[in-house]
Amino acid sequence: MSRQIVTEADLHAYVDGVLPLGRAAEVEAYLAERPEEQARLAAYREQRAALRREFDPVLEEPPPPRLRVPRPVWLRPLLRYAAMVAWFALGGVIGWQLNAYTSDQRAEATSWPRSAAIAHVVYSPEVRHPVEVAADQEKHLVTWLSKRLGTPLKVPHLGEQGYALVGGRLLPGDRGPVAQFMYQDGKGQRLTLYVRVNRDDNRETAFRFAQEHRVGVFYWLDRKLGYALSGEVDRSELLRIATAVYRQLNP
Amino acid sequence: MSISDLAGSVEQHIPRLRRYARALTGDRAAADDLVQDTLERALSRFHLWRRGSDLRAWLFTIMHNIFVNQARSRMRHPHEPFDEPAAERLQYREPDWSELRDIGDALGKLPVEQRTVVLLVGLEQFTYEEAARVLDVPIGTIMSRLSRARERLRALLGGDFRSAALKVVK
Repeated sequence: MSRQIVTEADLHAYVDGVLPLGRAAEVEAYLAERPEEQARLAAYREQRAALRREFDPVLEEPPPPRLRVPRPVWLRPLLRYAAMVAWFALGGVIGWQLNAYTSDQRAEATSWPRSAAIAHVVYSPEVRHPVEVAADQEKHLVTWLSKRLGTPLKVPHLGEQGYALVGGRLLPGDRGPVAQFMYQDGKGQRLTLYVRVNRDDNRETAFRFAQEHRVGVFYWLDRKLGYALSGEVDRSELLRIATAVYRQLNP
Repeated sequence: MSISDLAGSVEQHIPRLRRYARALTGDRAAADDLVQDTLERALSRFHLWRRGSDLRAWLFTIMHNIFVNQARSRMRHPHEPFDEPAAERLQYREPDWSELRDIGDALGKLPVEQRTVVLLVGLEQFTYEEAARVLDVPIGTIMSRLSRARERLRALLGGDFRSAALKVVK
Protein backbone atom coordinates (compact mmCIF):
# COMPACT_ATOMS: atom_id res chain seq x y z
CA MET A 1 0.00 0.00 0.00
CA SER A 2 1.45 3.34 -0.96
CA ARG A 3 0.92 6.10 1.54
CA GLN A 4 1.55 9.77 0.84
CA ILE A 5 4.33 11.35 2.79
CA VAL A 6 3.08 13.33 5.76
CA THR A 7 4.99 16.57 6.10
CA GLU A 8 5.61 18.80 9.10
CA ALA A 9 3.27 21.35 7.48
CA ASP A 10 0.51 18.69 7.32
CA LEU A 11 0.89 18.04 11.03
CA HIS A 12 0.47 21.72 11.88
CA ALA A 13 -2.48 22.05 9.54
CA TYR A 14 -3.96 19.03 11.32
CA VAL A 15 -3.51 20.74 14.71
CA ASP A 16 -5.05 23.93 13.32
CA GLY A 17 -7.96 22.01 11.84
CA VAL A 18 -7.38 23.22 8.29
CA LEU A 19 -6.60 19.94 6.52
CA PRO A 20 -9.13 18.61 4.02
CA LEU A 21 -10.97 15.58 5.43
CA GLY A 22 -9.27 12.98 3.23
CA ARG A 23 -5.85 14.29 4.11
CA ALA A 24 -6.73 14.41 7.81
CA ALA A 25 -7.56 10.70 7.67
CA GLU A 26 -4.14 10.02 6.17
CA VAL A 27 -2.48 12.01 8.94
CA GLU A 28 -4.46 10.06 11.54
CA ALA A 29 -3.31 6.78 10.01
CA TYR A 30 0.27 8.07 10.15
CA LEU A 31 -0.11 9.11 13.79
CA ALA A 32 -1.69 5.84 14.85
CA GLU A 33 1.70 4.16 14.56
CA ARG A 34 3.65 7.00 16.18
CA PRO A 35 2.79 7.72 19.82
CA GLU A 36 5.61 10.27 20.18
CA GLU A 37 4.21 12.30 17.33
CA GLN A 38 0.78 12.05 18.91
CA ALA A 39 2.16 13.46 22.15
CA ARG A 40 3.91 16.26 20.29
CA LEU A 41 0.72 17.28 18.49
CA ALA A 42 -1.25 17.04 21.72
CA ALA A 43 1.23 19.50 23.23
CA TYR A 44 0.68 21.86 20.29
CA ARG A 45 -3.05 21.59 20.70
CA GLU A 46 -2.67 22.38 24.38
CA GLN A 47 -0.61 25.44 23.46
CA ARG A 48 -3.49 26.72 21.35
CA ALA A 49 -5.91 26.13 24.19
CA ALA A 50 -3.56 27.78 26.70
CA LEU A 51 -3.27 30.88 24.50
CA ARG A 52 -7.04 31.21 24.41
CA ARG A 53 -7.38 30.66 28.16
CA GLU A 54 -4.70 33.22 28.89
CA PHE A 55 -5.68 35.97 26.46
CA ASP A 56 -9.38 35.60 25.67
CA PRO A 57 -10.29 37.48 28.87
CA VAL A 58 -8.74 40.59 27.24
CA LEU A 59 -11.68 40.55 24.82
CA GLU A 60 -14.03 41.17 27.72
CA GLU A 61 -12.10 44.05 29.24
CA PRO A 62 -13.69 47.40 28.47
CA PRO A 63 -11.19 49.38 26.37
CA PRO A 64 -9.70 52.41 28.13
CA PRO A 65 -11.11 55.75 26.94
CA ARG A 66 -8.05 56.48 24.78
CA LEU A 67 -8.88 53.43 22.66
CA ARG A 68 -12.42 54.40 21.82
CA VAL A 69 -12.71 55.70 18.30
CA PRO A 70 -14.32 59.08 18.85
CA ARG A 71 -16.27 59.41 15.64
CA PRO A 72 -17.79 62.85 16.13
CA VAL A 73 -14.41 64.26 17.07
CA TRP A 74 -12.75 62.69 14.08
CA LEU A 75 -15.30 64.31 11.90
CA ARG A 76 -14.49 67.76 13.17
CA PRO A 77 -12.67 69.12 10.16
CA LEU A 78 -9.95 70.89 12.08
CA LEU A 79 -8.87 67.78 13.98
CA ARG A 80 -9.13 65.64 10.94
CA TYR A 81 -7.01 68.12 9.11
CA ALA A 82 -4.45 68.08 11.92
CA ALA A 83 -4.31 64.28 11.82
CA MET A 84 -3.82 64.27 8.08
CA VAL A 85 -1.16 66.92 8.28
CA ALA A 86 0.63 64.77 10.85
CA TRP A 87 0.43 61.92 8.41
CA PHE A 88 1.81 64.05 5.58
CA ALA A 89 4.64 65.11 7.80
CA LEU A 90 5.44 61.47 8.44
CA GLY A 91 5.18 60.77 4.74
CA GLY A 92 7.58 63.63 4.17
CA VAL A 93 10.07 62.24 6.64
CA ILE A 94 9.87 58.76 5.14
CA GLY A 95 10.14 60.20 1.67
CA TRP A 96 13.14 62.23 2.71
CA GLN A 97 14.85 59.18 4.20
CA LEU A 98 14.22 57.15 1.09
CA ASN A 99 15.59 59.95 -1.00
CA ALA A 100 18.76 59.99 1.00
CA TYR A 101 19.40 56.49 -0.25
CA THR A 102 18.22 56.63 -3.81
CA SER A 103 19.00 59.64 -5.89
CA ASP A 104 16.72 58.34 -8.64
CA GLN A 105 13.78 58.58 -6.27
CA ARG A 106 14.85 62.01 -5.19
CA ALA A 107 14.67 63.25 -8.75
CA GLU A 108 11.34 61.50 -9.07
CA ALA A 109 9.85 62.88 -5.88
CA THR A 110 10.84 66.48 -6.44
CA SER A 111 10.33 66.74 -10.15
CA TRP A 112 6.76 65.86 -10.85
CA PRO A 113 4.90 67.91 -8.22
CA ARG A 114 7.22 70.72 -9.26
CA SER A 115 6.28 70.21 -12.91
CA ALA A 116 2.64 70.36 -11.84
CA ALA A 117 3.26 73.63 -9.99
CA ILE A 118 5.10 75.11 -12.98
CA ALA A 119 2.28 74.10 -15.33
CA HIS A 120 -0.13 75.73 -12.90
CA VAL A 121 1.83 78.98 -12.88
CA VAL A 122 2.12 79.03 -16.65
CA TYR A 123 -1.50 78.34 -17.57
CA SER A 124 -3.72 79.50 -14.73
CA PRO A 125 -3.20 83.27 -15.36
CA GLU A 126 -4.21 82.87 -19.01
CA VAL A 127 -7.24 84.96 -19.81
CA ARG A 128 -7.97 84.03 -23.41
CA HIS A 129 -6.46 80.55 -23.71
CA PRO A 130 -6.38 78.88 -20.31
CA VAL A 131 -7.29 75.49 -21.81
CA GLU A 132 -7.13 73.73 -25.16
CA VAL A 133 -10.54 72.10 -24.88
CA ALA A 134 -13.21 73.87 -22.86
CA ALA A 135 -15.67 72.32 -20.42
CA ASP A 136 -18.53 72.56 -22.91
CA GLN A 137 -16.80 69.76 -24.82
CA GLU A 138 -16.08 67.72 -21.72
CA LYS A 139 -16.77 64.35 -23.31
CA HIS A 140 -14.37 65.04 -26.15
CA LEU A 141 -11.78 66.35 -23.67
CA VAL A 142 -11.87 63.16 -21.59
CA THR A 143 -11.80 60.84 -24.61
CA TRP A 144 -8.92 62.71 -26.16
CA LEU A 145 -6.77 62.86 -23.02
CA SER A 146 -7.53 59.23 -22.10
CA LYS A 147 -6.37 58.22 -25.54
CA ARG A 148 -3.17 60.23 -25.32
CA LEU A 149 -2.29 58.99 -21.81
CA GLY A 150 -3.22 55.45 -22.81
CA THR A 151 -5.55 54.86 -19.86
CA PRO A 152 -9.14 55.88 -19.06
CA LEU A 153 -9.30 59.19 -17.20
CA LYS A 154 -12.13 60.61 -15.16
CA VAL A 155 -12.56 64.30 -14.67
CA PRO A 156 -13.76 65.14 -11.16
CA HIS A 157 -16.63 67.60 -10.74
CA LEU A 158 -16.05 70.08 -7.98
CA GLY A 159 -19.26 72.08 -8.16
CA GLU A 160 -20.14 71.11 -4.60
CA GLN A 161 -16.80 72.50 -3.48
CA GLY A 162 -17.46 75.73 -5.37
CA TYR A 163 -15.22 75.11 -8.38
CA ALA A 164 -16.40 74.75 -11.96
CA LEU A 165 -14.45 72.92 -14.65
CA VAL A 166 -12.85 75.33 -17.13
CA GLY A 167 -11.44 72.58 -19.37
CA GLY A 168 -8.17 70.83 -19.94
CA ARG A 169 -5.04 70.52 -21.98
CA LEU A 170 -2.32 68.08 -22.95
CA LEU A 171 1.19 68.75 -21.65
CA PRO A 172 4.57 67.14 -22.18
CA GLY A 173 5.86 65.30 -19.11
CA ASP A 174 9.24 63.71 -18.51
CA ARG A 175 7.74 60.29 -19.31
CA GLY A 176 5.19 61.22 -21.92
CA PRO A 177 1.87 62.99 -22.17
CA VAL A 178 0.31 64.56 -19.10
CA ALA A 179 -3.23 65.87 -18.67
CA GLN A 180 -4.09 69.11 -16.93
CA PHE A 181 -7.62 69.99 -15.86
CA MET A 182 -8.42 73.51 -14.75
CA TYR A 183 -11.09 74.68 -12.30
CA GLN A 184 -12.26 78.10 -11.26
CA ASP A 185 -14.38 79.44 -8.43
CA GLY A 186 -16.77 82.39 -8.44
CA LYS A 187 -13.98 84.86 -7.71
CA GLY A 188 -11.76 83.63 -10.52
CA GLN A 189 -9.46 81.63 -8.22
CA ARG A 190 -8.06 78.75 -10.26
CA LEU A 191 -6.90 75.25 -9.36
CA THR A 192 -5.28 72.75 -11.69
CA LEU A 193 -5.24 68.98 -11.50
CA TYR A 194 -2.20 67.45 -13.15
CA VAL A 195 -2.59 63.76 -14.08
CA ARG A 196 0.18 61.51 -15.26
CA VAL A 197 0.71 57.78 -15.77
CA ASN A 198 2.72 55.95 -13.09
CA ARG A 199 5.60 53.70 -13.90
CA ASP A 200 4.34 51.14 -11.42
CA ASP A 201 0.66 50.17 -11.61
CA ASN A 202 0.18 49.19 -8.04
CA ARG A 203 1.55 52.01 -5.99
CA GLU A 204 -0.67 54.00 -3.73
CA THR A 205 0.51 56.70 -1.42
CA ALA A 206 -0.97 59.01 1.15
CA PHE A 207 -1.45 62.64 0.22
CA ARG A 208 1.75 64.61 0.27
CA PHE A 209 2.17 68.33 0.22
CA ALA A 210 4.74 70.45 -1.59
CA GLN A 211 5.06 74.22 -1.65
CA GLU A 212 6.60 75.81 -4.74
CA HIS A 213 6.81 79.51 -3.96
CA ARG A 214 3.20 80.63 -3.75
CA VAL A 215 1.75 77.46 -5.23
CA GLY A 216 0.72 74.64 -2.92
CA VAL A 217 0.53 71.12 -4.34
CA PHE A 218 -1.14 68.06 -2.84
CA TYR A 219 -0.05 64.98 -4.73
CA TRP A 220 -0.62 61.24 -4.48
CA LEU A 221 -0.34 58.03 -6.47
CA ASP A 222 -3.40 55.89 -7.05
CA ARG A 223 -2.64 52.71 -8.97
CA LYS A 224 -2.18 53.62 -12.66
CA LEU A 225 -2.21 57.37 -12.21
CA GLY A 226 -0.43 60.08 -10.27
CA TYR A 227 -2.39 63.21 -9.33
CA ALA A 228 -1.18 66.63 -8.27
CA LEU A 229 -3.64 69.36 -7.32
CA SER A 230 -2.10 72.84 -7.42
CA GLY A 231 -3.40 76.21 -6.36
CA GLU A 232 -2.49 79.49 -4.73
CA VAL A 233 -4.98 78.92 -1.95
CA ASP A 234 -4.34 78.06 1.65
CA ARG A 235 -3.40 74.58 2.54
CA SER A 236 -6.60 73.52 4.30
CA GLU A 237 -8.67 74.70 1.34
CA LEU A 238 -6.45 72.79 -1.05
CA LEU A 239 -6.70 69.70 1.14
CA ARG A 240 -10.48 69.98 1.16
CA ILE A 241 -10.51 69.94 -2.64
CA ALA A 242 -7.87 67.18 -2.90
CA THR A 243 -9.98 65.00 -0.62
CA ALA A 244 -13.04 65.64 -2.78
CA VAL A 245 -11.06 64.76 -5.92
CA TYR A 246 -9.81 61.56 -4.32
CA ARG A 247 -13.30 60.56 -3.21
CA GLN A 248 -14.76 61.09 -6.66
CA LEU A 249 -12.03 59.07 -8.31
CA ASN A 250 -12.56 56.26 -5.76
CA PRO A 251 -16.32 56.24 -5.24
CA MET B 1 -17.61 54.28 2.95
CA SER B 2 -17.17 57.49 4.91
CA ILE B 3 -14.58 57.90 7.62
CA SER B 4 -17.45 57.66 10.11
CA ASP B 5 -18.52 54.22 8.81
CA LEU B 6 -14.92 53.11 8.73
CA ALA B 7 -14.39 54.27 12.29
CA GLY B 8 -17.38 52.14 13.29
CA SER B 9 -15.98 49.08 11.55
CA VAL B 10 -12.54 49.65 13.03
CA GLU B 11 -14.06 49.89 16.48
CA GLN B 12 -15.38 46.34 16.23
CA HIS B 13 -11.85 45.05 15.87
CA ILE B 14 -10.44 46.81 18.93
CA PRO B 15 -10.97 43.89 21.37
CA ARG B 16 -9.07 41.50 19.11
CA LEU B 17 -6.32 44.01 18.41
CA ARG B 18 -5.94 44.39 22.18
CA ARG B 19 -5.84 40.64 22.74
CA TYR B 20 -3.15 40.19 20.12
CA ALA B 21 -1.14 43.19 21.33
CA ARG B 22 -1.30 41.94 24.92
CA ALA B 23 0.02 38.54 23.92
CA LEU B 24 2.65 40.09 21.65
CA THR B 25 4.05 42.60 24.16
CA GLY B 26 3.22 40.82 27.42
CA ASP B 27 2.39 44.18 28.96
CA ARG B 28 -0.97 45.89 29.31
CA ALA B 29 0.17 49.50 28.90
CA ALA B 30 2.57 48.73 26.04
CA ALA B 31 -0.18 46.75 24.33
CA ASP B 32 -2.69 49.57 24.57
CA ASP B 33 -0.08 52.04 23.30
CA LEU B 34 0.39 49.79 20.31
CA VAL B 35 -3.34 49.58 19.70
CA GLN B 36 -3.67 53.35 19.99
CA ASP B 37 -0.86 53.90 17.46
CA THR B 38 -2.52 51.39 15.15
CA LEU B 39 -5.90 53.10 15.32
CA GLU B 40 -4.41 56.52 14.71
CA ARG B 41 -2.49 55.34 11.72
CA ALA B 42 -5.44 53.42 10.30
CA LEU B 43 -7.74 56.43 10.52
CA SER B 44 -5.19 58.83 9.08
CA ARG B 45 -4.67 56.65 6.03
CA PHE B 46 -8.17 55.28 5.69
CA HIS B 47 -8.23 56.28 2.03
CA LEU B 48 -5.56 53.63 1.36
CA TRP B 49 -7.81 50.86 2.56
CA ARG B 50 -9.24 49.00 -0.44
CA ARG B 51 -12.95 48.66 0.05
CA GLY B 52 -14.15 45.06 0.21
CA SER B 53 -10.74 43.84 1.33
CA ASP B 54 -10.30 42.31 4.76
CA LEU B 55 -10.29 45.15 7.28
CA ARG B 56 -9.07 42.92 10.10
CA ALA B 57 -6.04 41.78 8.09
CA TRP B 58 -5.31 45.41 7.16
CA LEU B 59 -5.40 46.50 10.81
CA PHE B 60 -3.17 43.65 11.92
CA THR B 61 -0.73 44.48 9.14
CA ILE B 62 -0.54 48.08 10.36
CA MET B 63 -0.05 46.90 13.92
CA HIS B 64 2.66 44.49 12.92
CA ASN B 65 4.56 47.17 11.01
CA ILE B 66 4.39 49.61 13.91
CA PHE B 67 5.49 46.93 16.36
CA VAL B 68 8.46 45.89 14.24
CA ASN B 69 9.57 49.49 13.66
CA GLN B 70 9.35 50.28 17.35
CA ALA B 71 11.32 47.16 18.22
CA ARG B 72 13.99 48.22 15.71
CA SER B 73 14.28 51.73 17.08
CA ARG B 74 14.59 50.36 20.62
CA MET B 75 17.50 48.26 19.43
CA ARG B 76 19.11 51.32 17.93
CA HIS B 77 18.78 53.23 21.22
CA PRO B 78 19.75 50.68 23.82
CA HIS B 79 20.69 53.19 26.51
CA GLU B 80 17.44 53.12 28.36
CA PRO B 81 17.49 53.82 32.07
CA PHE B 82 17.46 50.77 34.28
CA ASP B 83 14.15 50.21 35.96
CA GLU B 84 15.80 48.22 38.75
CA PRO B 85 19.25 48.46 40.32
CA ALA B 86 21.78 47.15 37.86
CA ALA B 87 23.56 45.09 40.49
CA GLU B 88 20.39 43.23 41.36
CA ARG B 89 19.69 42.57 37.74
CA LEU B 90 23.15 41.13 37.18
CA GLN B 91 22.90 38.68 40.06
CA TYR B 92 22.31 35.12 39.11
CA ARG B 93 18.88 33.95 40.06
CA GLU B 94 17.57 30.46 39.96
CA PRO B 95 15.00 30.40 37.15
CA ASP B 96 11.53 29.96 38.50
CA TRP B 97 10.43 26.88 36.63
CA SER B 98 6.86 26.96 37.83
CA GLU B 99 6.58 30.47 36.43
CA LEU B 100 8.08 29.36 33.15
CA ARG B 101 5.24 26.99 32.59
CA ASP B 102 2.98 29.96 32.08
CA ILE B 103 2.19 30.42 28.40
CA GLY B 104 2.63 34.21 28.62
CA ASP B 105 6.17 33.94 29.96
CA ALA B 106 7.04 31.25 27.45
CA LEU B 107 5.82 33.51 24.62
CA GLY B 108 8.14 36.25 25.82
CA LYS B 109 11.05 33.90 25.31
CA LEU B 110 10.27 33.34 21.64
CA PRO B 111 11.94 35.48 18.99
CA VAL B 112 9.47 38.08 17.75
CA GLU B 113 9.14 36.53 14.30
CA GLN B 114 8.10 33.21 15.82
CA ARG B 115 5.82 34.81 18.40
CA THR B 116 3.86 36.72 15.76
CA VAL B 117 3.20 33.58 13.72
CA VAL B 118 2.13 31.40 16.62
CA LEU B 119 -0.22 34.15 17.83
CA LEU B 120 -1.75 35.02 14.46
CA VAL B 121 -2.41 31.34 13.75
CA GLY B 122 -3.09 29.93 17.22
CA LEU B 123 -4.80 32.86 18.95
CA GLU B 124 -6.26 35.00 16.17
CA GLN B 125 -7.21 32.08 13.90
CA PHE B 126 -5.69 33.57 10.77
CA THR B 127 -5.19 31.08 7.94
CA TYR B 128 -1.58 30.48 6.92
CA GLU B 129 -2.19 32.53 3.76
CA GLU B 130 -3.60 35.46 5.73
CA ALA B 131 -0.72 35.32 8.20
CA ALA B 132 1.72 35.34 5.28
CA ARG B 133 0.08 38.49 3.90
CA VAL B 134 -0.01 40.26 7.26
CA LEU B 135 3.66 39.54 7.92
CA ASP B 136 4.64 39.96 4.27
CA VAL B 137 6.61 36.71 4.08
CA PRO B 138 6.18 33.59 1.92
CA ILE B 139 3.91 30.86 3.26
CA GLY B 140 6.88 28.49 3.57
CA THR B 141 8.39 30.93 6.06
CA ILE B 142 5.15 30.92 8.04
CA MET B 143 5.25 27.12 8.24
CA SER B 144 8.86 26.93 9.32
CA ARG B 145 8.41 29.67 11.94
CA LEU B 146 5.26 28.01 13.25
CA SER B 147 7.06 24.70 13.54
CA ARG B 148 10.02 26.24 15.39
CA ALA B 149 7.77 28.33 17.63
CA ARG B 150 5.64 25.39 18.71
CA GLU B 151 8.62 23.19 19.36
CA ARG B 152 10.28 25.93 21.41
CA LEU B 153 7.11 26.48 23.42
CA ARG B 154 6.82 22.76 24.02
CA ALA B 155 10.33 22.72 25.46
CA LEU B 156 9.68 25.83 27.57
CA LEU B 157 6.40 24.56 28.90
CA GLY B 158 7.90 21.29 30.02
CA GLY B 159 7.39 19.25 26.93
CA ASP B 160 4.55 17.13 28.11
CA PHE B 161 1.08 18.54 27.67
CA ARG B 162 -0.07 16.61 30.74
CA SER B 163 2.10 18.73 33.02
CA ALA B 164 0.49 21.87 31.63
CA ALA B 165 -2.93 20.36 32.11
CA LEU B 166 -2.08 19.41 35.69
CA LYS B 167 -1.12 22.96 36.43
CA VAL B 168 -4.57 24.11 35.45
CA VAL B 169 -6.26 21.50 37.61
CA LYS B 170 -4.34 22.08 40.82
